[in-house]
Amino acid sequence: MKNNRRDFLKTVGTVGATGIAAAVGGETVIDGQSPAASDRPRPPGSPAAAPVSHAYTFLTAPEAAFIEAAVDRFIPADELTPSGTDCGVAVFIDRQLAGAWGSGDRTYMQGPWQKGVPTQGYQSPLTPAEFFRAGIAASNAYCRKALNKDFDRLTSDQQNNVLQDMEQGRISFDTVSAQEFFNLLLASAMQGFFADPVYGGNRDKAAWKMIGFPGVIAIYSEHIKTYRNKKYDVEPKSILDLS
Amino acid sequence: MPTRLKEVDVVIVGLGWTGGILAKELSEAGMRVVALERGGLRSTNPDFAIPQIRDELKYAVRNALMQNPARDTLTFRHSPSEPSLPMRQLGSFLPGEGLGGAGVHWNGVTWRWTGIDHAARTYYEQRHGKSFIPADMPIQDWPMTYAELEPYYDRFERTAGVSGKAGNLKGAKQAGGNFFEQPRERDYPLPPLEPSYSQTLFNDAAAQMGYHPFPRPCANASRAYTNPDGSRLGACVYCGHCERFGCEANAKGSPHITVIPKAMAQPTFELRPHSWVTRVMLDSTKKKAIGVAYTDVSTGEQFEQPAAIVTLCAYAINNVHLMLLSGIGTPYDATTQKGVVGRNYCYQPGSGGVGSVTLFFEDKIFNPFMATGAFGIGIDDFHANDAFDRAAMGALGGATIIVGQSNGRPIGYRPVPAGTPRWGAEWKKATAKWYQRAMNIGVTASNMPNRYNAFDLDPTYKNVFGQPLLRLTYNFVENDKKVIAYVGQKAAEIARSMKPTSMTGPGMLGDYNIVPYQSTHNTGGAIMGTSPGNSAVNKYLQSWDVPNVFVVGASAFPHNSAYNPTGPVGALAYWTADAIKSKFRNRPGLMT
Repeated sequence: MKNNRRDFLKTVGTVGATGIAAAVGGETVIDGQSPAASDRPRPPGSPAAAPVSHAYTFLTAPEAAFIEAAVDRFIPADELTPSGTDCGVAVFIDRQLAGAWGSGDRTYMQGPWQKGVPTQGYQSPLTPAEFFRAGIAASNAYCRKALNKDFDRLTSDQQNNVLQDMEQGRISFDTVSAQEFFNLLLASAMQGFFADPVYGGNRDKAAWKMIGFPGVIAIYSEHIKTYRNKKYDVEPKSILDLS
Repeated sequence: MPTRLKEVDVVIVGLGWTGGILAKELSEAGMRVVALERGGLRSTNPDFAIPQIRDELKYAVRNALMQNPARDTLTFRHSPSEPSLPMRQLGSFLPGEGLGGAGVHWNGVTWRWTGIDHAARTYYEQRHGKSFIPADMPIQDWPMTYAELEPYYDRFERTAGVSGKAGNLKGAKQAGGNFFEQPRERDYPLPPLEPSYSQTLFNDAAAQMGYHPFPRPCANASRAYTNPDGSRLGACVYCGHCERFGCEANAKGSPHITVIPKAMAQPTFELRPHSWVTRVMLDSTKKKAIGVAYTDVSTGEQFEQPAAIVTLCAYAINNVHLMLLSGIGTPYDATTQKGVVGRNYCYQPGSGGVGSVTLFFEDKIFNPFMATGAFGIGIDDFHANDAFDRAAMGALGGATIIVGQSNGRPIGYRPVPAGTPRWGAEWKKATAKWYQRAMNIGVTASNMPNRYNAFDLDPTYKNVFGQPLLRLTYNFVENDKKVIAYVGQKAAEIARSMKPTSMTGPGMLGDYNIVPYQSTHNTGGAIMGTSPGNSAVNKYLQSWDVPNVFVVGASAFPHNSAYNPTGPVGALAYWTADAIKSKFRNRPGLMT
């Protein structure tokens, strides 16, 4: 079922991802509601979740397919949590790209531009959102050339291999640094997985439950002593819960 | 044309800890004071209220309380032969912006620096001989002794509500405190915080090995506290959201809840937020400042604020930038080693993981989220200790070994054993397993100056006002690598004695990298000293060249300690305020 979304998009042609989500709502044709996802055991105590959103405002349909596939490799579904996409990580990334960070807020954007060395940090003339877009396009171009398919159409093993090659700097792209793109993609996915659910990722606080992070209330004046070497088991609370 | 405003006695550039202390002290003395802060106003409620303040993405990742590099940043290179490129995004260090400055988002570690720090050149020459100091390491003594500054350290500790335990009261060693600290006249205003489980384990292991563990002094209040000015602090709740956040409990000693409200209660004080000072205006002799030029960044309007005294109280880096932009003092040239403004920039190797050791215990639970920014148990045996033989290390300086437990915020804190992949099923399993079962022993090293580690103005890149960016030339050198290697091994020995299931580290020090966060402990560039030939400012942090300009902050340090800078930064602000009130005010001119 993993390519459901992609196939569905192909059949409806040019309708944008946002339009599709609005049109079909929580219908099972959407990938996040596929049998594979709904059969998955949920962490104990978590309430029945609302349908996973596949409504994207920045990412185009092929771009969203890439991001969903990548975050599912970073955060595969298992007994610990649902997949990255089902945890809302792709939606998180889309919102960040569409927002202030994606458009280069808090980034010095003046030229001239030079490549620099890695210890000098980000030197691209692209905004983070533009950089992401270029990175996705370059990754797909690489996959088409090497494996005859876009990234999201590859098998899980092939996807893992491509991501590892990017991570280790074993492949390079013409436009952006494959390794730099990988690092930004991974960092963004981890932010989405572990940030407060108010940003659209970490659905049902799945990541916080996985590690035992209790969230935002955090009054430990007594616990600092009484919980020495003792597990502190509570239902985590998020900004979303308390707002 | 800029609007020329009415002259005041004192204009303060930047309203964090140093600006806040000067604002309070000078306005209470009846001087007419205007403070220009380039960021906005803010207060604990509503700006730091829960639940919103517990937003790791907004505050810890996107740096909501920090300066915006889109407006002004610096360029960076490792050596003078390389191209210097802009730091386009914040990373290695995080200067604050807005009322309270970095004093709002700091962790709260509050040291008095060591006797060795106060007299670095004298100490090393006497103990190890002149030839022990490398030729390219321009270390020099502070222009005042520890004993002279002691009452001012005390004043800052009282103001900020520091929790700790004295190790040396008037020369008498005290059990449980820092065995190696300089004598203090009285104990900390508050007792230490409750240690974390990780800290109790380290305490026992270090003591067992014959070291001298003690609680790290911190401005996280161990109980509710009213400071000598009547400012009230709440008790710390160990929430694990200090650094990069404001404290909703008012338990972190911060200028916005202490000195700044006291200044604002004075009729002679005025605060102007969103006021970005672009330069200090000098008269035709270039020996006297006549005020500052600034832009209201909320309207774009330009102003000139005349003043009899100008105090630069911005972040250390920005103090140096303003001096260079204004032509105060001779810019330093690393090639000829002539000039003073920009020299002796130092940082802090070790912060951020290098040299430190992470321990993983199959059978222990650490609850890393029960945390405060600054509490900790550490040893100073390889730093403040006069008897520590630096010849064996082959380097000057030293490092502290400390177990803190500053947070368990999961975007940033996810320890896994070495060899674990960064993503995928194996990574998930390891993260779930070890998040609660890991602790860290941190190694933080001093940083001695090097002739090439310095600031000047960048020839290419500009800020939003069209002014040259500051240019930083910096790298770690052999001395730094030796300190980290030597003390890192000592930390590893202690770690091994604790019998962890596995451990990672200590990592070796490589080239300086401006990308990953390390510490906001940037020092030097406008250093203090005994003559115009060796320093930009004198012992009262007064410009040798333009005596009615005072440059207050860590920019004055001739080298960086293994300690955090805020203790002496606060002490020096009180010291300078006293000098202005008791001397300069009556007899303006170069003080001796």
